[in-house]
Amino acid sequence: MRWLRHLILLLPLLVVGGARAEPDNYVDIVRGKALATVGDCVACHTTSGGQPFAGGLALQTPFGAIVTPNITPDATTGIGSWSADDFARAMHEGRRPGGTYLYPAFPYPYYTRVTRKDLDAIYAYLRTLPPVENRVNRNTLPFPFNIRLSMIGWNMLFFTPGEFKADPKRSDEFNRGAYLVEGLGHCGACHTPFNSFGASQNDKYLQGNRIDNWTAPNITNDMQAGLGKWSVDNVVQYLKTGQTRFSLASGPMKDVIENSTSKMPDTDLKAIAAYLKERGAAGSPAPAPLPASDPRMQMGEAIFVDTCSACHMRSGAGVEHMFPKLAGNVITTQNDPASLIRIIITGGRATATDSFPTSPSMPSLGYRLNDSQIAAVVTYVRNSWGNAAAPVSAETVKDLRARVAGAGD
Amino acid sequence: MVRRLPRKDVVIVGLGWTGSILAYELAHTGLDVVAIERGPWRDTAVDFNIGTAADELRYAVRQDIFLRPTQETLTMRNNPSQTALPIRKWGSFLPGNGVGGAGVHWNGQTWRFLPDDFRIRSHMIERYGEGIMPEGNHIQDWPVSYDELEPYYDKFERVAGISGRAGNIKGEIQPGGNRFEGARENEYPTPAMKQGYQQELFTKAAANMGLHPFPRPSANISTAYTNPYGCSMAPCTYCGFCEWFGCANYSKASPQTCVLPALIREPTFEARTECEVTKVNLTVDGKMATGVTYVDANGEEWEQPADLVLVCAYGLFNVRLLLLSGIGKPYDPASDEGVVGRNYAYQTGSGSTAFFEDVKFNPFAAAGSTGVALDDFNSDNFDHGPHGFVGGASITCAHTNGRPIRYHPTLPGTPAWGSAWKKGVRDAYQRVANVGAQGSVMSYRNNYLDLDPTYKDALGRPLMRMTFDYQPNEQKMANWMAERCNEIAKAMGAKVTQVNRLGVPWNVVPYQTTHNTGGTVMSSDPKTGVLNRYLQSWDVPNVFVMGASAFPQNAGYNPTGTVGALTYWGLDGIFNYLKSPGALVQP
Repeated sequence: MRWLRHLILLLPLLVVGGARAEPDNYVDIVRGKALATVGDCVACHTTSGGQPFAGGLALQTPFGAIVTPNITPDATTGIGSWSADDFARAMHEGRRPGGTYLYPAFPYPYYTRVTRKDLDAIYAYLRTLPPVENRVNRNTLPFPFNIRLSMIGWNMLFFTPGEFKADPKRSDEFNRGAYLVEGLGHCGACHTPFNSFGASQNDKYLQGNRIDNWTAPNITNDMQAGLGKWSVDNVVQYLKTGQTRFSLASGPMKDVIENSTSKMPDTDLKAIAAYLKERGAAGSPAPAPLPASDPRMQMGEAIFVDTCSACHMRSGAGVEHMFPKLAGNVITTQNDPASLIRIIITGGRATATDSFPTSPSMPSLGYRLNDSQIAAVVTYVRNSWGNAAAPVSAETVKDLRARVAGAGD
Repeated sequence: MVRRLPRKDVVIVGLGWTGSILAYELAHTGLDVVAIERGPWRDTAVDFNIGTAADELRYAVRQDIFLRPTQETLTMRNNPSQTALPIRKWGSFLPGNGVGGAGVHWNGQTWRFLPDDFRIRSHMIERYGEGIMPEGNHIQDWPVSYDELEPYYDKFERVAGISGRAGNIKGEIQPGGNRFEGARENEYPTPAMKQGYQQELFTKAAANMGLHPFPRPSANISTAYTNPYGCSMAPCTYCGFCEWFGCANYSKASPQTCVLPALIREPTFEARTECEVTKVNLTVDGKMATGVTYVDANGEEWEQPADLVLVCAYGLFNVRLLLLSGIGKPYDPASDEGVVGRNYAYQTGSGSTAFFEDVKFNPFAAAGSTGVALDDFNSDNFDHGPHGFVGGASITCAHTNGRPIRYHPTLPGTPAWGSAWKKGVRDAYQRVANVGAQGSVMSYRNNYLDLDPTYKDALGRPLMRMTFDYQPNEQKMANWMAERCNEIAKAMGAKVTQVNRLGVPWNVVPYQTTHNTGGTVMSSDPKTGVLNRYLQSWDVPNVFVMGASAFPQNAGYNPTGTVGALTYWGLDGIFNYLKSPGALVQP
């Protein structure tokens, strides 16, 4: 009877086996894993403490929560029954195998640029994951947004399908960077403002946006709020290690760097940097800084000296690898001061990478600074040491405080 | 019922300085490492947040991050003729609790012992003859020399980012450093800390007396620093909340700032906190360890099998764990045989409090290791012949803080309460300096640790019993040092000075120092120690024991620098053991 027991043990393997990657696909699988890292698939398709890629994370959109699907190769609750064509169709067209429309919280308007060859590699990699049985509710949006057919109209208006086309007038490096940023990297999904239909505004591509009550900064080559003052090497260093001499990544970018960019090859990071630096600058010009005599500046300076200067230094120079420099740090001069306000209210932690594992923290100061005090110190930081940006009102702080209540890191 | 867990390559008991360093180094080679820690996880960002860290009531008065007597305590007596009683409130010393151990709450004074300290018995007899050795002493040479440990001191200083000024680089005396120190290969990784006005007075006075002052080596660091593990630190802000506190500013070297950020990224490392190891398990013949047994926070008992057991708890608790596990022969002072618990030692404190006029010392602008020290009276840097004692002390002028609840200096003769006391504090706060001598304690037949015959802990295991007093040699030494401190204090220009002599008999109630040493001593002879020169058990070769419990006697310094050096030295022994398991030294 021993053979029978073996047969029974083999049965599930045979059933699942067909859906699994072939062993000679090794190169594709490794490439697919690297590409899935570029796409940072794991970030949205995993809950906090949950099994990687098993879905279930509720993405908060202006239209309601969308729960991400399970993309492990589980036949019933995951994508185990999908073919490579099914997968490519989802990524390129935003449609499920049966033709159902996906919502663009799944950034297919970016993934449509990815080559079929790369999609097949990602598909091969996903087949190697352990199948996890995890059924998620895919229909959480309220009426009328729960009508998926409405996406036909949305796609007509805002979706341009088609793989990436290299610009022959540009370098290979630039085109590689463009392919990564515009495709799998889907940088614009956070760094480009949305219109009222939740679509990226192409005329403001990469000019900054508010995401989860953080500022996703301008990442054009703009001097005031973008990467104008950063060298290509600065950008590479930031994406690889989570920090430069000017800046330490926190907020949602912390996860992007930890899960994705810190694990990418330097050549790809350099291509991304070259593309972002070379594609041009766009943004608002710097206003004249508020004079130091302005009462908001005086109040802000007093708070800064008492509360901030021990770490960030009186000169705004910060401490390398530990406490961000504020002088000349473009996070301080974004049009939208959300990140500055929010990190004072809730605190936060900097990115931990193999290069710099410390992940220093900014304490939450929301409990002891009121709205006008935070407005004053943010205004002071935005207009000192050569920084210049619009003053911030107590109402702006009040509004953000209400949105982030209970969101302390 | 004890449940058995899957085997690990290495089990580490305690996740403080020594445990975290070994865990990182071993996990980094791919070994499966689990650290089992009695207390909670502690992290700078969460537990020592700048908004709440500087809370004197919580941390200094209520001792928030220290071990509670309900978790573990000792019984104590001054000599074998007395009956020991349990310590019901920690006083004279305060063991740490939780991840980081005492490395969280320390002041950060990070010394190297002097070359003579490692061969003190031979050296003293060679220079002064047998007659100088105190009665009943167990003083013994270390089985390792300063020169052997030098690269490992260097390694620890580099991991901890220590601030200081070298006094001897490769045999060349450096101006402004400690001319008495053993030759070092490198300068300190970060420059010396800034000093205050009273240190300026001390430096001038000492130099005029022909002494050799230098800035004290400090783990509260002077500049931003990134260590070889990639962990970053920020410059100290001199806030004066070091000892008894976790540092919120990432400025004090600790496992939290220097090791854990890298350690927690190691995929083969696991920490189990709030789990207390109750026993190291042995094979039936007692010749090998098979792992440990521990109790989790719910009182469930688990067996964790492992190929290698690293005992990295606080020194005192290393001793107790070995006694409870039957590793090594327990020490018996009556027969003067046995090794576990032998050579327990401590530290002396004496000195002079100096009151000045027309000064403002600003004692609140300080750090745990700011201060200027001199070693002219340490170890055998001076002629002991006329004095008739063994040992010495580092002498330091320092403030570690001027915190509001507990720093209330008053002139001698001031009432202890009421408006006159308040006026006295107001009057004295800015103008008191302290010149202190931190002295060595030698080891003796009747200073030792064993299991108490009467008192048991919540799990029914005997408490450990401490039998300790300052012997005449230490009293003579410390009181002689107090006079030296007083001379310097007067030369600094103090109007009134108060000589602080060694308190005898040793009293467990007032806080003195948490520099408890010995009990699992390293030795060249299995009859006089628990561990061989690589900190490997003489009896059970897959057990290594880290920490100050390995010191054969204590020197006139804080122990952590030497604990760190021994950890890296022991690590090399562990690597050799892993290549070729067995005793690294044949008895």
